[in-house]
Amino acid sequence: MKADTLEVQLQPKEYKSAVKPVWCPGCGDFGVLGSITKALAGLRVQPENAAIVSGIGCSSRMPTYLGTYGFHGVHGRALALATGLKTARPDLTVIATGGDGDGFSIGGNHFLHTCRRNPDMTYVVMDNQVYGMTKGQASPTTEPNWQKGKLTPAGTGINPFQPLAIALASGANFIARCSSSDSNGTARILMQAINHPGFSMVQVLSPCVTFRPEQREWKNMLIPAPEEMQATPDPAEAARLLLTDEGVYTGILYKGDRPVYQPKLESVIENIAELEEEFRI
Amino acid sequence: MHRQSLSIALTGSGGSGVMTTGSLLLEAAARAGWYGFMSRSSGPQIRGGEAAAVVRLANAPVESPGDSFDLVLAIDPASMSRFLAEIPLRHDSLVITDPDAGRRGGELPDVPAQVLHLPMTKLAKAIPGGRPNMIALGAIARMIGMPEASIYPVLEKILKSKGPDIIETSWSCVQSGFAAGTGLPVFEKPQLEEGLGEHWSVTGNEAAGLGAIRGGIRFVAAYPITPATELLEWLASSLPKVGGVLVQAEDELASINQVIGASFGGTPALTATSGPGLALMTESIGLAVCSEVPAVILDVMRCGPSTGIATKSEQSDLNIALNGLHGDAPHLVVAPTSVTDCLFTTQWAVHLAEAMQTAVIVLSDQSLGQTRAIVKRPADISFIAKRLVPEQFDDTYYRYAVGDSGVSPMSIPGQAGGQYTADGLEHNQAGVPSSLPEDHYVQLEKRERKITGFDYGKHWADIEGSGDTAVITWGSATGPVREALSRLREQGRDVRLVSLRLLAPERPDEMAVALEGVTRLLVVEQSHSRQFYRYLRAGYDMNTEIKVFNRPGPLPFRPAEIIQHLNDWDEEASI
Repeated sequence: MKADTLEVQLQPKEYKSAVKPVWCPGCGDFGVLGSITKALAGLRVQPENAAIVSGIGCSSRMPTYLGTYGFHGVHGRALALATGLKTARPDLTVIATGGDGDGFSIGGNHFLHTCRRNPDMTYVVMDNQVYGMTKGQASPTTEPNWQKGKLTPAGTGINPFQPLAIALASGANFIARCSSSDSNGTARILMQAINHPGFSMVQVLSPCVTFRPEQREWKNMLIPAPEEMQATPDPAEAARLLLTDEGVYTGILYKGDRPVYQPKLESVIENIAELEEEFRI
Repeated sequence: MHRQSLSIALTGSGGSGVMTTGSLLLEAAARAGWYGFMSRSSGPQIRGGEAAAVVRLANAPVESPGDSFDLVLAIDPASMSRFLAEIPLRHDSLVITDPDAGRRGGELPDVPAQVLHLPMTKLAKAIPGGRPNMIALGAIARMIGMPEASIYPVLEKILKSKGPDIIETSWSCVQSGFAAGTGLPVFEKPQLEEGLGEHWSVTGNEAAGLGAIRGGIRFVAAYPITPATELLEWLASSLPKVGGVLVQAEDELASINQVIGASFGGTPALTATSGPGLALMTESIGLAVCSEVPAVILDVMRCGPSTGIATKSEQSDLNIALNGLHGDAPHLVVAPTSVTDCLFTTQWAVHLAEAMQTAVIVLSDQSLGQTRAIVKRPADISFIAKRLVPEQFDDTYYRYAVGDSGVSPMSIPGQAGGQYTADGLEHNQAGVPSSLPEDHYVQLEKRERKITGFDYGKHWADIEGSGDTAVITWGSATGPVREALSRLREQGRDVRLVSLRLLAPERPDEMAVALEGVTRLLVVEQSHSRQFYRYLRAGYDMNTEIKVFNRPGPLPFRPAEIIQHLNDWDEEASI
């Protein structure tokens, strides 16, 4: 047991496991791994008190590379699993991680309803607008005219999913966009996301250098949102920004104060046998 | 003591209140010391449509419908036509109806029974706010020898939420019906045992819910589905009393994953659903198996496939429960054998899931779940959730360490030094993803061994009798089989009963002992494709002559049918 280390601040690297990532060299997810370790270290969350939950995909491999508790579940269900964990164990710091396909396509329903439910946890979506693990198909956030996806050689022809606008409309309590190339900046936002009560949605634009090499340019295209627009508590203002910024503004784009979902877990009867009363003739 | 019983059905259309009447009748009978049950048959309509409350009252515990009905109250005549198959009648059965009731032109169908008219509508109209179903209740009470005054406290209890006016109006109707029943035939009342002890009025769904909580379940995720909804609703109001919680999820995919998440966090967790929901959950049940996270999935079966008949019972989810998971995914499937046993089997399921860190599917069904039975208070049992959790950690804590039993100590988030990633990817002993053939083999072996090597004791099956003819069955079909064999025993014939509570993993050694000396085996199951029979043939050596009595839902088995099958077999053999 390491109970005596509770007050000791660990270094970010001490939050990593010994497992080497499967990611391609240059993958944006390395930067996000670094940001998560920095955020946990910065918040002094003990590794045994954090749980990272994911589904399937390149970025969903994240839990294995961290020295916290982790769950690498099935495709698309990370938020549901994380909700169960957080509801039953409100003392834990719960972070769900994953990609755009896992979160917005197969897991889209859970995304809507987790925003709505507003449990006190953080969702880090590494968005690269492609399915990387299955080798380069269009994802929900892919632009309609991208023709390199072999399942949609003529392009998808359908509008990309707008995760942050939808998160806002569905009730997420904290909304931010980051760039994986800015590891420290992302870490600072993650610290605020984790600390903010309720469901925090953090989109990290994280290039897929293998199937979307043009995304290397993102680091030059992404710009911090103007100071006065950051962290607005006004959903109408946030909506205007999210619907008009063409996805290039980074920073905290909304900070709400909706009530957090957390049922009380306190027994009110002394003996389970009291439940039998209603059955007695 | 000789079993005596009365089977009574109440049929009616849209909002005629037959379910309320049935519940009142059962409750009044229970207070008078009778055993019995009420099951429900209804169509898909949310409000309206034909419905039947099927009540059987007896002087001893009863678990199945009788062979036929003694008395039917068709509150409006046409409603009876929907239930001709489900309410078998004899020439001396009595059908009471009211030609003035119901929709214009609605007529009682041809029934092979005696028909009498009772002006329930007219009598109800004489009382402001009066309703024919309460007139019917009074008349039934009169005919079965139930004192008029015994009805009032039951009205007070069951109609409490409706307010004092409704109670008084209903009471006036009951009195009017009681008086009108004076001229009707009187049924012989079952002779009661003395000193019965504590009785419960409980449904299979409630019993399962109580079993879950007694076993230690403190987290439930739920998506509403007929006929599991009442179980979830009971848990929703009961769990908070014991420090637990029920979360209404967005779909069944979410339910099962919330359950896995809560259980990973150390809280015993369960979800309940029906066939369509189970189908959606199967991928993630495999995750619970692979990541070795305890999870209990309770399937209250209904007629399938697809949406099927949502309100009626069938034992046809056996295949998917046994074989629905992809890959080699050893897990447990258990089934309660009666309404009362829903409590034991669910509590046992929680214990098994936690002890073996795996998924357990409990197969109840509509006829168990939605039947309210008057039973002796079920015995307390000691099975509780007890998970093997490490107390201390060294540098070589391996979450999936392969020991003799196959069950490895499972650390819980918050335990320093126990950090690991639970994974649906195949992994090595440390929990690190692995595609090596040796890791796959070792972990497959481990996950299988922990459930095949477990000591299930005598609970794997209910075994009664010792004759060389046996009936093998499972789940809700057990009730009518048990009654049939008890009747044969009274006639001096010993036919053995084997009802499997543990369907997976198979118990071939125990089965060989259970069937020792059996030369004829009748398989009884409620599925069209003989799922249980095929399962038996695939998993057990059955060195005996076998016949199958199967049929799809929703018609329940009747004890006389089972006796008939056994007698026919005798006759064939003697030719």
